[in-house]
Amino acid sequence: MSHPELVIRKAVWKGEEVDLLVADGKILDVIPSSDAMYEGAEVVAARGLLLMPSFTDVHTHLREPGFEYKEDIASGLKAAVHGGFSNIMCMANTDPVNDNAVVTDEMLRRAKTAFPEGGPRLFPIGALTKGLAGEELSPMHEMAEAGCAAFSNDGLPIKNSELFRRAMEYGSDTGKPIIDHCEDPYLAPAVGVNEGEVSSVLGLGAQPDVAEAAQVARDLLMAEYLDMHIHLAHISCRKSVDLIAWAKKRRVKVTAETCPHYLLLTEEALHGYNSDTKVNPPLRTADDVEALLAGIKDGTIDMFATDHAPHAAHEKEVEFMNAPCGISGLDSALSLTWSLVADGKITFETFVRMWTTAPCETFDLPLNSFKKGDPADFFLFDPSDEWVLNSKNMHSKGKNTPFRGQTLKGRVISHFLSGKKIV
Amino acid sequence: MEWRHKDLLDVTQLSKEEVQHVFETATYFQEINSRPVKKVPTLKGHSVVLFFAEPSTRTKTSFDMAGKRLSCDTFSLAKSSSSLTKGETLKDTALTLQAMNPDGIVLRHWASGAAQFLAERLDCSIINAGDGRHAHPTQALLDGFTLYQEWGSLEGKTVLILGDIAHSRVARSNLTLLNKMGAKVRFCGPRTLLPPYIKNWDAEVYTDINEACKGVDAVMCLRLQLERQQDGLLPDLREYSNYFGLGHKQIELANPDVKIMHPGPMNRGVEINSELADCEASLVLDQVASGVATRMALLYLYLTRKK
Ligand SMILES: [Zn+2]
Repeated sequence: MSHPELVIRKAVWKGEEVDLLVADGKILDVIPSSDAMYEGAEVVAARGLLLMPSFTDVHTHLREPGFEYKEDIASGLKAAVHGGFSNIMCMANTDPVNDNAVVTDEMLRRAKTAFPEGGPRLFPIGALTKGLAGEELSPMHEMAEAGCAAFSNDGLPIKNSELFRRAMEYGSDTGKPIIDHCEDPYLAPAVGVNEGEVSSVLGLGAQPDVAEAAQVARDLLMAEYLDMHIHLAHISCRKSVDLIAWAKKRRVKVTAETCPHYLLLTEEALHGYNSDTKVNPPLRTADDVEALLAGIKDGTIDMFATDHAPHAAHEKEVEFMNAPCGISGLDSALSLTWSLVADGKITFETFVRMWTTAPCETFDLPLNSFKKGDPADFFLFDPSDEWVLNSKNMHSKGKNTPFRGQTLKGRVISHFLSGKKIV
Repeated sequence: MEWRHKDLLDVTQLSKEEVQHVFETATYFQEINSRPVKKVPTLKGHSVVLFFAEPSTRTKTSFDMAGKRLSCDTFSLAKSSSSLTKGETLKDTALTLQAMNPDGIVLRHWASGAAQFLAERLDCSIINAGDGRHAHPTQALLDGFTLYQEWGSLEGKTVLILGDIAHSRVARSNLTLLNKMGAKVRFCGPRTLLPPYIKNWDAEVYTDINEACKGVDAVMCLRLQLERQQDGLLPDLREYSNYFGLGHKQIELANPDVKIMHPGPMNRGVEINSELADCEASLVLDQVASGVATRMALLYLYLTRKK
């Protein structure tokens, strides 16, 4: 056995008190806690904190290049590590759009510059079509080679179903998954608000859940017909959950994600016209929340994602209908989803699986499962630490979250990447 | 009655007693409006900004006259005539208005929630003169006051609101107010102009105008935005006026003493037959007169409230 350079002592993993040994930035061993001496190793006393493998977020918007005033790769990754994430997939709706290898290279270079000593891993998502315009396919092979982990037109879903089919076919040859933001743009002339009781009372333009579900149905049928995998982004409503469950029964190769806000808020949050509640797809109803939780329980929904969408304060502090959609999520996602564990709505195992194994297996990303040789990416988590989410303790430049001012429970105390302490 | 509200954003904020109090106050001002000299010194020294980010000559003139009859200084800020247009955000507009330190702001804005946005950021009273598709409380109060003057009470009456309900703040605010004052509300329009989830509203919903008109005590026509045809919500105006416009045949199905209302400006021959707009049963001009009295009452109540 090689010699550990780092020992995390008395951390709790799967209910057991353990010592974690790290060598060469990799997991050496996880053993029952002892008072053994490790000469030359740095020893960190975890004092009973929970040990967690670092999380993976398959859906963020880091805004660089082009919109650095909202967020840049450095600030986004900083929020990520403080939030418990080591793998970050970022969407292509930058300026210029990430629709060629030059932009992909540049994103990766900036991630490296932000953490020259090693930090969270960035996995750009390439655009499916040039300029996200939905007209011509992007050079996906070239982008896959440059380091894109998946392809998506997130935010601007392809209207033309024929072109979407070709994008799936061509993209599948790269071996990288295709992610679709499910929204029939014709059924959704207005965004950010669910068409329902609240929209009708507030007098806001809105989109029905059918706008999402109709496109979910199209994608599922397409994936079955082509016998190809499709990953469905930020699922928000019962109709979509039902359709995905139907498809999974037919062995369609589909995976799906949902976000913390769809599980913790409903359209009721829009009363008062707080533009931080404006998100696309929109917050839905209590019935939809129930369906999503059931879908998580029975495996219909595979993973969590933040859909981290930072915006500058002045952009959100406008008339509701003019405000951009999105919630800044990296800082609070872990605590918010932990509250589901604390409230008995999901199990601890589900919580960990949805943030680690499920996304990593789907997108073929490095995973720490505490087996010898795994990357030593992990954090210590205090489940009882109470803190108030505010603009100052958020590391993202985007302070736009409807959870601001709320008391959250559970926090990352320290975060190690490749065995190095980052937080 | 001591007025406890800082802002008038929506009629949902007002209790039945408070609405009644507005009606009684408006009755008093209506009397002043019938005097040869119509000006009283009640609000001397007060100032109100009329900020209309969406044009409306009618509502603006009504508020302007209401203010002037109470000796209140009114200042108009139209969107087109001010620097408040060129890319300036509503927040900056709010700060600019705050710096002028008025006692009240009457706001008309195309965005739902704009009045609440200002109310949360400014110390003075905000009176919502229509925000997006959300609310138009002063219109609802003046419509209610017009009927109150006719009937003495709205209790047990049935009022039909006809036309483009989906996009109408007048329909939303009137529903709330009429329900509050004990009247029953019916809505009628083509399905494309009825909001989704209308089934959960406290109203009977019709798509057949003849059924809808049976036995009603008043019909409120809404103004049809003529571009609804381009929005794909209507085939054309001819079909609309034939199937959803108020005509003589429908009026015969209503209660014999039926009243006809319209918030104006009217598309004669589209949502309402032109003769009906001018007939004995029409309260269209009464609404205009009630509008001034109601807005005088509101300016009075909001500007003289105990702070
Ligand atoms: Zn999206």
